Amino acid sequence: MLSTALNSTPPPDPSPVKVSVESVRAWFGTLEVLHGITMPVADRSVTAIIGPSGCGKSTLIRSLNRMHELSEGARIEGRVALDGIDIYGKDVDPVLLRRRIGMVFQKPNPFPSMSVRDNVLSGLRLTGSLRATRAEEVVEQALRDAALWDEVKDRLNAPGIGLSGGQQQRLCIARSLAVSPEVLLMDEPCSALDPIATSRIEDLIHTLKESYTIAIVTHNMQQAARVSDYTAFLLSGDLVEFSETNRLFTSPRDSRTEDYITGKFG
Amino acid sequence: MTAPGQRSRTPERVFYALALLAVVLPLLTLAGLLYGVLQNGAERLSWDFLTSYPSRKPLLAGILPGLVGSFLLMVLTALIALPLGVGAAIHLEEYGKRSRWSRFIELNIANLAGVPSIVYGLLGLGLFVRTLHLGRSLLAGACTLSLLVLPMVVMVSREALRTVPHHLREASYALGATRWATVRQIVLPMAYPGILTGAILALSRAIGETAPLVVVGALTYITFVPDGLDAPFTALPIQIFNWVSRPQRGFVINAAAAIVVLLLTMLVLNGAAIYLRNRLQRKSS
Amino acid sequence: MRASDAISMPHTAQRAEPAIHGTPPWSERAAEVLLAACGLVTVLTTLGILSVLAVESFGFLRQVGLFALLFDTQWTPLFSDKHFGIWPLLAGTLLTSLIAIVVALPLGLLSAIFMSELADARWRKLLKPALELLAGVPTIVYGYFALVVVTPALQAIIPGLSGFNALGAGIVMGIMVTPMIASLAEDALYAVPRNLREAAYALGAGQVPTIARVVVPAALGGIAASVILALSRAVGETMIVAIAAGQEPHLTLDPRVPIETMTAYIVQVSMGDTPAGTLEYRTIFVVGSALFLMTLCMNVLSYRLARRFQGNR
Repeated sequence: MLSTALNSTPPPDPSPVKVSVESVRAWFGTLEVLHGITMPVADRSVTAIIGPSGCGKSTLIRSLNRMHELSEGARIEGRVALDGIDIYGKDVDPVLLRRRIGMVFQKPNPFPSMSVRDNVLSGLRLTGSLRATRAEEVVEQALRDAALWDEVKDRLNAPGIGLSGGQQQRLCIARSLAVSPEVLLMDEPCSALDPIATSRIEDLIHTLKESYTIAIVTHNMQQAARVSDYTAFLLSGDLVEFSETNRLFTSPRDSRTEDYITGKFG
Repeated sequence: MTAPGQRSRTPERVFYALALLAVVLPLLTLAGLLYGVLQNGAERLSWDFLTSYPSRKPLLAGILPGLVGSFLLMVLTALIALPLGVGAAIHLEEYGKRSRWSRFIELNIANLAGVPSIVYGLLGLGLFVRTLHLGRSLLAGACTLSLLVLPMVVMVSREALRTVPHHLREASYALGATRWATVRQIVLPMAYPGILTGAILALSRAIGETAPLVVVGALTYITFVPDGLDAPFTALPIQIFNWVSRPQRGFVINAAAAIVVLLLTMLVLNGAAIYLRNRLQRKSS
Repeated sequence: MRASDAISMPHTAQRAEPAIHGTPPWSERAAEVLLAACGLVTVLTTLGILSVLAVESFGFLRQVGLFALLFDTQWTPLFSDKHFGIWPLLAGTLLTSLIAIVVALPLGLLSAIFMSELADARWRKLLKPALELLAGVPTIVYGYFALVVVTPALQAIIPGLSGFNALGAGIVMGIMVTPMIASLAEDALYAVPRNLREAAYALGAGQVPTIARVVVPAALGGIAASVILALSRAVGETMIVAIAAGQEPHLTLDPRVPIETMTAYIVQVSMGDTPAGTLEYRTIFVVGSALFLMTLCMNVLSYRLARRFQGNR
């Protein structure tokens, strides 16, 4: 059990593993950027992936929803299991996978030619799963779940890119949530935002983790400490340490982890 | 004599003047040409001119079959070349960009863009008129023109597709959309202004093409307008060619007038393209 | 050591729904195939050109033979005394094209120098699109110009200039391809690194010698590429020469007499009543093949020159 291994009092509800990363290696052409990562992503929790620039965090998270392979010359080996099923298995359709694992990007990217409402519905329209009669319901629910409803409910027809940066990012979250994924991947979602917008998103993450499994890449260690339950520390494509966030930040096992979190490099 | 420590600036000024002259001379020549054409042809421009058929008498001759023929050719060429060209551009930009097959197609297109237009006429003659038995028909002419403008349509459409930022495609894929859904719902609507502008520009170039149509069998003297895809046809540039080749002064004036009509049409088309592009770009931003 | 060895957690139950296994919908596959087919059309166009030209040319060569084509000095396939030497047509094409380059090279290169080195942004913004206009005028309009305006004007200066001649057509073709040289040469000049110019200025050289001795030579590959491309364009040009240069093939380099270019010959036959399958019909494809090969070689050469020039920087 997680608790016995970590030598601390058992948390009330040990989390099961939603996504399991097993010996994953990744390449861009001939350059190997991930050297065999094995780690769990716990269900209905927040798992943070931290590390210095170029350590492979983005590549790792993009390998979880098979976005990595869309890049030029990209290649993956290993196993990533969603509910026990290998997403890189033979007959798996990445398109269907991405409807269960959503992603929010570093720079908010609402579709510029669409209104707020159309942005929220865009995922459903693109996947052909929109039922017109439920459209308004879906829009309101997704915007509420993304803590954006109150701010935009009177301007659902306004263009999506007219919102502020933080609002745009929450709009993107709403857009992803509308497709009803189980896992939400976030690749440095706050790095383009100001501190106030950032803290609103961090609050949102706290709420979301009750219903979704979240994995977040961040270069901001304080954010990782604030927001996540588990943290993975990556360095030059290797997983140096993985443990409960509290443990990793207060008593890291590896000296490289300690050096990083105390700011000796990074 | 220039003072010590100073350099004569004369060579530079002379050079500047020469270079400026080099730029301005062709432009002045063009302006002179256009003015001359307008002067010659203006007297002949009238409603009668636009609605009459060719005749042995210069003063009775008109450009109606040429106008109708050019118009029909443009419509048909648009219907054939645009879907093919945009489709090829989508294939090259969105599906497998770096594959060897894509590079081979790109090489072909670059090559085809440099082939003289009269060779397209020979292709049209051998393939459409003879082998496919389309005869010297409107359809054969349109197919030939379509192949001629196809490289340009592909290149312009690719440019338009490239203006769509990559991160929007990523957002779409991350939502679980297929490639075609992404193209149809996200990429094409955004690239649409550029594609439309490019299409109009390509058609405006096609409308002035003469050589391939001559080879494919456009007639220079017809007294009817085409009544079907298989009908014989003519076009405005063909009519100009015919008149310019005649010795009588009256026909030369007719040619000038027809040139004015042709240039005005191209001006309107180009203007429409630029206007549309500005309107549509403003709307989406 | 794998950092998470020490942690074991139970896994979530394997779920059947919503499935991630499956194949894309047929509409996706259909779209992919259709789009690939569109791309294929361009390849088929090239194949079409090659096969149409080859089939008819072989038919011709079987009847007449390569020797006659290359070594006869007269071209009279439409007369009763038939000769099939291609040289008169080649001479006509090359004469008019070379006159065009003689006009376009200085004008185009100087324009390029003006816009790249001398002009300030205001001039360039105005003049560059204006030059592009020249390229947009239909060639039939240029043909009219050559016959109706330029030749009579030249006749006033040059006694003995015939009504159809290579000079007038060549000059007008030169004006038509000037923007091509101007635009491509300007790109080549613009790409010359600043530090080369600065080195010359630092040695105390004036602007004119710097441009002439440093910048232009550095851009020579790109300039040469632009000239060859313009030459290729002039070789393939039809209407200007068909209208103004004449329809009498003569093996001559005299720009004052009527000649016939390869392209004008094709037009001449096409306007007539030549039935398919005859020898006369096949001659236009033979001439077309020669034209295609010439422009292909020039285009490839131009591309290689431009590439090598860029690689050297």
